Amino acid sequence: MSLSDRVSRLREQSVGARATVSAERAQLMTEFYEQDVGATSAPVRRALAFSYLLERKHIFIGDGELIVGERGPAPKAASTYPEVCCHSLDDLNVLDSREKVSFAVSDDVRRLHADRLIPFWQGRSLRELIFAAMTPEWKDAYEAGVFTEFMEQRAPGHTVLDDKIYHKGLLDLRQEIEQSLERLDYHADPRAYDKQQQLLAMAIAADALIAYARRYARLARELAAKEEDERRKVELERIAAVCEHVPARRPRDFWEALQYYWLVHVGVVTELNTWDAFNPGHLDQHLYPLYREGLEDETLTQEQARELLQCFWIKFNNHPAPPKVGVTAEESSTYTDFAQINLGGVRPDGADAVNDLTYLILDVVEEMRLVQPSASVQVSKKNPDRFVKRAARIIGTGFGQPSIFNTDAIVQELVRQGKSVEDARAGGSSGCVEVGAFGKENYNLTGYFNMPKVFELTLNRGRDPRTGKQIGIDTGDPTAFETFGELLDAYERQLRYFIDIKVRGNNVIERLWACHIPTPFLSLIIDDCIATGLDYHEGGARYNTSYIQGVGLGTLTDVATAVKHHVFDERTLSMEELLRALADDFDGHEKLRLTLRERTPKYGNDDDYADDVMRQLFEVYYEAIDGRPNTKGGRYHINLLPTTCHIYFGSVVQATPDGRRAGEPLSEGVSPVQGADRHGPTAVLKSVAKMDHVRTGGTLLNQKLAPGLLGTEDGLNKFVQLVRSYFRMDGHHLQFNVVDAATLRAAQAEPEKHRDLIVRVAGYSDYFCDLSLALQEEIIARTEHDAF
Amino acid sequence: MSSGFIFDIKRFAIHDGPGVRTTVFFKGCSLRCWACHNPEGQERAPDLMLREERCNLCGDCVELCAQHAVSLEGETLLIDRVKCDLCGRCAEECLTGAIELAGREATAAEVMQQIERDTVYYDEGGGGVTFSGGEPLFQPGFLLTLLRACKRREIATTLDTCGYAPRRVIEAVYPLVDLFLYDLKLIDNDRHREFTDVPNGPILGNLRWLAGVAAPVIVRFPLLPEVNDDEANVRALGEFLAELATLYPVDVLPYHRIGVDKYERLSRPYRLEQAETPPDATVATTVRVLEEFGLQVTVRGEAYVSER
Repeated sequence: MSLSDRVSRLREQSVGARATVSAERAQLMTEFYEQDVGATSAPVRRALAFSYLLERKHIFIGDGELIVGERGPAPKAASTYPEVCCHSLDDLNVLDSREKVSFAVSDDVRRLHADRLIPFWQGRSLRELIFAAMTPEWKDAYEAGVFTEFMEQRAPGHTVLDDKIYHKGLLDLRQEIEQSLERLDYHADPRAYDKQQQLLAMAIAADALIAYARRYARLARELAAKEEDERRKVELERIAAVCEHVPARRPRDFWEALQYYWLVHVGVVTELNTWDAFNPGHLDQHLYPLYREGLEDETLTQEQARELLQCFWIKFNNHPAPPKVGVTAEESSTYTDFAQINLGGVRPDGADAVNDLTYLILDVVEEMRLVQPSASVQVSKKNPDRFVKRAARIIGTGFGQPSIFNTDAIVQELVRQGKSVEDARAGGSSGCVEVGAFGKENYNLTGYFNMPKVFELTLNRGRDPRTGKQIGIDTGDPTAFETFGELLDAYERQLRYFIDIKVRGNNVIERLWACHIPTPFLSLIIDDCIATGLDYHEGGARYNTSYIQGVGLGTLTDVATAVKHHVFDERTLSMEELLRALADDFDGHEKLRLTLRERTPKYGNDDDYADDVMRQLFEVYYEAIDGRPNTKGGRYHINLLPTTCHIYFGSVVQATPDGRRAGEPLSEGVSPVQGADRHGPTAVLKSVAKMDHVRTGGTLLNQKLAPGLLGTEDGLNKFVQLVRSYFRMDGHHLQFNVVDAATLRAAQAEPEKHRDLIVRVAGYSDYFCDLSLALQEEIIARTEHDAF
Repeated sequence: MSSGFIFDIKRFAIHDGPGVRTTVFFKGCSLRCWACHNPEGQERAPDLMLREERCNLCGDCVELCAQHAVSLEGETLLIDRVKCDLCGRCAEECLTGAIELAGREATAAEVMQQIERDTVYYDEGGGGVTFSGGEPLFQPGFLLTLLRACKRREIATTLDTCGYAPRRVIEAVYPLVDLFLYDLKLIDNDRHREFTDVPNGPILGNLRWLAGVAAPVIVRFPLLPEVNDDEANVRALGEFLAELATLYPVDVLPYHRIGVDKYERLSRPYRLEQAETPPDATVATTVRVLEEFGLQVTVRGEAYVSER
């Protein structure tokens, strides 16, 4: 299937466009906050700001576009959010000049920042409030790289939409708001006034998006009147009709449904820079009734549906992740914003959800070959093998999509956390691998946590060997420990110390968001904010989770296993000697380094010695976090994923007892240490399945396969068997890079010839040539599993 | 026999029979095929394999070798294979993997434990264990012990064999084998002797016997340039198979050079030095000729579609 001229052109435009920093949103926001809006409550002020933006932001309809609306004034023009964090001139220079994943910054934008934005926002942005509110212990740990903080420059808002917009227009939601307002009991409910303000804010936000769509309708009519090409004229008139109808009223057909979602998407990402990209979730399930209706009454053909979906895909690709500030601007290595469309899985009633549209969307994924949006297949034991095989065939084309999730495990994970079974089934995975009850949950990723760093601090009595600074607690002299158990206890105490710091920080930050920057538009579309009258940040969602993402489980396991094996069990190495070698970064200790690497049980080989240590370390992390209360009436849970943070975290960890040298990356996700798995994928999957995935909110496992494996029918079938087996063991997620090392090396040598090479990085795919050299090396080093 | 000699156990072996499999490589074989891609499987005794590119010149092996068989000449690691008594201490100490010992004695219990590790994968698609080598029939007692243990645990078994064994061995293993992958290379006895060192009488006879009892067999025909790719041999093969009591499918395996490096590591000459992967035309002709005999033919396990 080749792409239509329209789609090819739009796709090319989107892929070829240079990312730029647009100051439009920042400027409008500054104008709004400069005005005296009178004594308004925080939610109403935010809703008025949202209206202000949508009334004034530049709108355009690109040549040939069928789905309209954009966050910035042009494709890949990225908005900034100065009320959250204002870019400094240094930040802008870094963004503009960095070799990879750069954002062009014009002189006008620079000048505007210097003259107006920076002076106004200095001392007002939330980021400054956040850092001012953190304790010295928090700052020490943060600076040492023990953890990162997600909410310091992006809004909590890691959530996904359910099916509500396909049944209700915003006018219907407005009516629900009215009912909720009427129900307020000002005698019995001391928070009635707060709720009233919140509900009024939601109503303003709903009206704002409807008005924004009408602006598009008017523009389309104007363009149609001037259009000479008859076919395009008809299209523009249709766009106008669609935007007059949605989002105010429920969509009547496939086109309206896609446009409605897209307007909501633009609303969410205009209101705030939420982590991660909002997305429609189970798109195949949501659109299927309108798709079938359209085919049956012959108002839609399969080819029209395909083209609309393709146009929809391009819209996502037009939106690079918001440009970062500070150290994150230097380190962030991706444009992707982690929208992950879920396909397949089960319906809320538990039945197999794979339908004709699922396969059509898979075609679109394969044909579009875009890094955004990302697509995943949700695989239940109820789904047919051919569904997994179709996905495998696309994976075999080598751009890392779709990723594969275990629906049956995800449902168990969500139910364990307290969701109803129906809400759990309607949920899925998002971002990289994180689970949530779509449309009903605020599941907030709070930051990555560097587990090997804590082990290093334990070996050094709380002193950071990289800086010499005492940042942890003294958990005892490791040379005096007589058993591995004593060392593990010390690690546990050290870990809990830092988790306490992290949780305390999070709890303050969550409240800062709730008090200063409520989010009425997002609240409008997430249950049960309307019913409870509470903001999304205030616990208005039906479910509220805070995750702390553990990083480096593979490295941590190999590190602890090496110490257990050589120092405590075999007693062939003294703790003193080991610590000396680590301090020397193994210089002059090459034989010891090789022994640690080559003659030590390693995680990822289905070796119970190492895998039992992994289980213990998993439990320690789980026990330190799971079940703690957060500020929204929900609880903390764990997940295990790194995005690209294992590179940064590795850079702050000195040499480790697994033979790793200072600064080298940590293992990523729950994958084994790069190159430590020597017995092929079945052994890796078995090792990884020994942890209890069901008690996490997502784990990330990356595997690299040589292209040959998926090149034959037999190979595809065996791939399906591999996936099914992992999922029978309750594994959460699997993803594959199907490229050989030679191709990657060639791309490093001649990047200009391999611009289109897309690889799986962690929870997402990206252009190989956009990745940092360290990350490129890391991907090459991941064990390539070939058949023999 | 509760123990035997193996040189490897490979998991996720997906080209050695149906489903996901674990392949156990037996050490020792009667044949000395020129094209053998597992030459370290030929001798019953261990083999020292040298991968010089991995050597970090630490010199530990030179010092600990009691036979003074290892030496470093400048930056080159040398092993005197005449002096070497295959004690394996150098390999044990070599942390970079520059010296490796192929082959060890393993107990049946230990091998079974490895086989059972991947049962969750076997269950998905009719996978199981494949006994390969070397030649598993070269150690019939050990093979029978393992086959019986697999049957008791309902693990499906595949035997990858050249068929060179006394009939009574074939008769003993056949009820315990779910699938034979049976190698046939040359039908002419003299040419077979030249290429493999042994006559093919027992090989052809055993296959005839298996066909008589309708044992499940896939015949594997490694297509080797200048050795057995001539039409006369292919025709003779087709004729032989067509006359068997059971008509078996044939899987053609075009020659590849994957094993070549191993000869260097073993310091053994490789007698197909000039050979290249057969051109598509040769593969196409081979398939066509075999199909003329009414045989079901695949190439590397897949239905064959000519590139032209």
